[in-house]
Amino acid sequence: MNVKLRIWRQRNAQEQGKFVDYAVNDANPNMSFLEMIDVLNESLVNKGEEPVAFDHDCREGICGMCSMYINGRAHGPQKLSTTCQLYMRNFSDGETITIEPFRAKGFPVIRDLVVDRSAFDRIIAAGGFISASTGQAQDANAIPISKTNADLAMDAAACIGCGACVAACKNASAMLFVSAKVSHLALLPQGDPERRKRALAMVAQMDAEGFGSCTNTYACEAECPKGISVANIARLNREYLNAAIVSEEMPK
Amino acid sequence: MLDSKIPAGPLSEKWTTYKNTVKLVNPSNKRKLEIIIVGTGLAGASAAATLGELGYKVKVFCFQDSPRRAHSIAAQGGINAAKNYKNDGDSTYRLFYDTIKGGDFRAREGNVYRLAEVSANIIDQCVAQGVPFAREYGGLLDNRSFGGAQVSRTFYARGQTGQQLLIGAYQGLERQVGLGNVQEFSRHEMLDIVTIDGKARGIIARNLVTGELERHFGHAVLLCTGGYGNVFYLSTNAMGSNVTAAWKAYKRGAFFGNPCYTQIHPTCIPVSGDYQSKLTLMSESLRNDGRVWVPKSREDAKAIREGRKKPTDIAEEDRDYYLERKYPSYGNLAPRDISSRAAKEACDDQRGVGESGLAVYLDFSAAINRLGKHVIEERYGNLFDMYAHITAENPYEVPMRIYPAVHYTMGGLWVDYELMTTVPGLYALGECNFSDHGANRLGASALMQGLADGYFVIPYTIGSYLAGEIFTKAIPTDHPAFEETEKHVRESLDKLLSIQGTKSVDHYHKELGKIMWDYCGMARTAEGLKQAREMVKKLRAEFWQNVRVTGKANEFNQDLEKAMRVADFIELGELMIVDAYERNESCGGHFRTEFQEEGEAKRNDDEYAYVAAWEFRGVDNDPAMHKEELKYETVKLATRSYK
Repeated sequence: MNVKLRIWRQRNAQEQGKFVDYAVNDANPNMSFLEMIDVLNESLVNKGEEPVAFDHDCREGICGMCSMYINGRAHGPQKLSTTCQLYMRNFSDGETITIEPFRAKGFPVIRDLVVDRSAFDRIIAAGGFISASTGQAQDANAIPISKTNADLAMDAAACIGCGACVAACKNASAMLFVSAKVSHLALLPQGDPERRKRALAMVAQMDAEGFGSCTNTYACEAECPKGISVANIARLNREYLNAAIVSEEMPK
Repeated sequence: MLDSKIPAGPLSEKWTTYKNTVKLVNPSNKRKLEIIIVGTGLAGASAAATLGELGYKVKVFCFQDSPRRAHSIAAQGGINAAKNYKNDGDSTYRLFYDTIKGGDFRAREGNVYRLAEVSANIIDQCVAQGVPFAREYGGLLDNRSFGGAQVSRTFYARGQTGQQLLIGAYQGLERQVGLGNVQEFSRHEMLDIVTIDGKARGIIARNLVTGELERHFGHAVLLCTGGYGNVFYLSTNAMGSNVTAAWKAYKRGAFFGNPCYTQIHPTCIPVSGDYQSKLTLMSESLRNDGRVWVPKSREDAKAIREGRKKPTDIAEEDRDYYLERKYPSYGNLAPRDISSRAAKEACDDQRGVGESGLAVYLDFSAAINRLGKHVIEERYGNLFDMYAHITAENPYEVPMRIYPAVHYTMGGLWVDYELMTTVPGLYALGECNFSDHGANRLGASALMQGLADGYFVIPYTIGSYLAGEIFTKAIPTDHPAFEETEKHVRESLDKLLSIQGTKSVDHYHKELGKIMWDYCGMARTAEGLKQAREMVKKLRAEFWQNVRVTGKANEFNQDLEKAMRVADFIELGELMIVDAYERNESCGGHFRTEFQEEGEAKRNDDEYAYVAAWEFRGVDNDPAMHKEELKYETVKLATRSYK
């Protein structure tokens, strides 16, 4: 199959970017989307041109490194998948495919399709953890956890930190990412002692990084490759409200 | 002879004795000691978190955009621990013995026993951090079985165990970043080690965003940079996984242990075309409920390959469930090396399926009939989805097609009991070292080893070295050794950019992979290895004359990053071939066709019960082999049988 590509090229954060047109012919429908970009890049290198820069690593949908806004959608047209899990059979012969970087104030462009998502690390550093230093742990079965809670925590913990939720949101809000972490930890007894502090600190850092407010449009859930539910945002709001009105010093 | 520094005394008391007598560093001195950690997978992230908690000043580096992306994240199946929660007879000794036997009696007793001992602490630690392991309805932890074991000792978090363990370690690491104990350097790649007076004293790292070379001092340097499976081009490793850090260490004097021991994992999605960039693993846990088969007759296999028959057309009595037939006591849960070779045998016998004939079936129909689709969906749902995404086939209805692929490297930098390489102050943790898996790694052991090294081993053993460094002041990075090493790195970057030949970096990487897979893959021969060495040498010469690398050194340049890594892979490939050639026996993942008995690997314990640790002697010279004799004080060497 043959496809035309409109790809965002931008040398660095300072210079202006623009769309450039390319064509890839004889793509195999069983080729992954990123392998199609590999083919394009190989042909660019062979012509002495600079290849398109894009983030990718595991190529099996779990590391969260790949990004790309494809035909106006974060991670492209397929539901519940990352860009690296797209195959050319998800596109049609002769199609023009537009590829942009994730766009958000919190994710400045580094080059071409590569953006800086280190804001997510800083949000986790602000409170997205349980303070359990190595060596202090009691036996793993000492506290039973209901299967329901463990499963809900796992659903939230499945977040891969790719940032599709931010890219999909018209306010570039990071609420789905933050709420997934707050939920994961708040649903477990081990996360309980720090739950108020955590919710306040993570939200404060999220705001400081320039992410917007929740739009309540659920675009984040629709585009999340791991199907993280907006119910987590409701839980974050409850956690935050509870923490905001109850002083940290008050007994729970 | 190399000294592994295994403590004296009975096996079960070695680690306790060591911990009771190792030198300690007091808290006020820890604040003055700086540690560099390269790599943020399970080993690196857990080490960074723990050493930060202890009060050392830690700098942590990764080439990805966040520490959370390291390839440990892709581990699916689980992590072993000798908890015996199932009351099925497990114990520290059994986990130790299974691991030694699984490694085909080519691992160190002392290290492996310590690993089995701390395995239980790992699960405790992870639960305390909030890792959402699978649980039963009573709220207690669930377990499943993995290859090479007859007990259920594998803890898991759906099909994403590596992800959850890494996120746990990453959160611990970020907590220390927030507290100011750890400094994080993402999108940084280590390109050389700085040694001063024979000791590791820092690194040269390239800032991948700006292209700048940076100098970083450390009283000690920890390499936690994973394995080198990408030397084969196609593997289950992430695209960026590379050998560069370990290779630079080798070239600065660290010995490389057993480089030829590579693990070919039996259950991966087969190659579909020559554009393929990587292979995807289907977790070993699937073999709990999936049955492996090929047609009994070549005619049926041919009919399937040509699309005239479907797998469901083959009657039960016309199927060869070859693992169950050959290894009745372990069945579909035979260890990885054995299962991989059995798949190759079936395909070599022209009974392979799929378009290429290089695939066998992994069939869930019996389990679905027995347990119901919903149970299988709950156990493996995300793996089935992943398979369907890639192949556009529904594994609930037709059996999966699988074939072996390169997955893990047991070889790595040689380390002693303290995880220190032959360069004082330079350590290697996790897959980066060679120490615990012998010639074959059992499933669910890699996660265990990465976390054992990072959480529970290095925090003790590093004290033994750093206690002697408390009077060493931080060395300024304008020291001549830093100048010189940086210059050396700059020259190799400039050299690569100046060649401006006609072939891309990927072209050379693919060529290398093909040589390695054909001659140093699942089956090796002396003759083939000899030829392969010449081919790799020729490829290296051609690479340095004719590679084309685009862009500049002082900018974000993924082509240049790749070129640096492939240059190191080519040199490593030759060392692997040399090692495979010198080991005249078959053991675990190293199968020399000349040495077999009824199709099974034939070890030679009299002559080869040693670790081959290679010393660098210049790119164009033969490396020198040093031997570490493997002494078995507790275990009796035996033919490994899973029948």
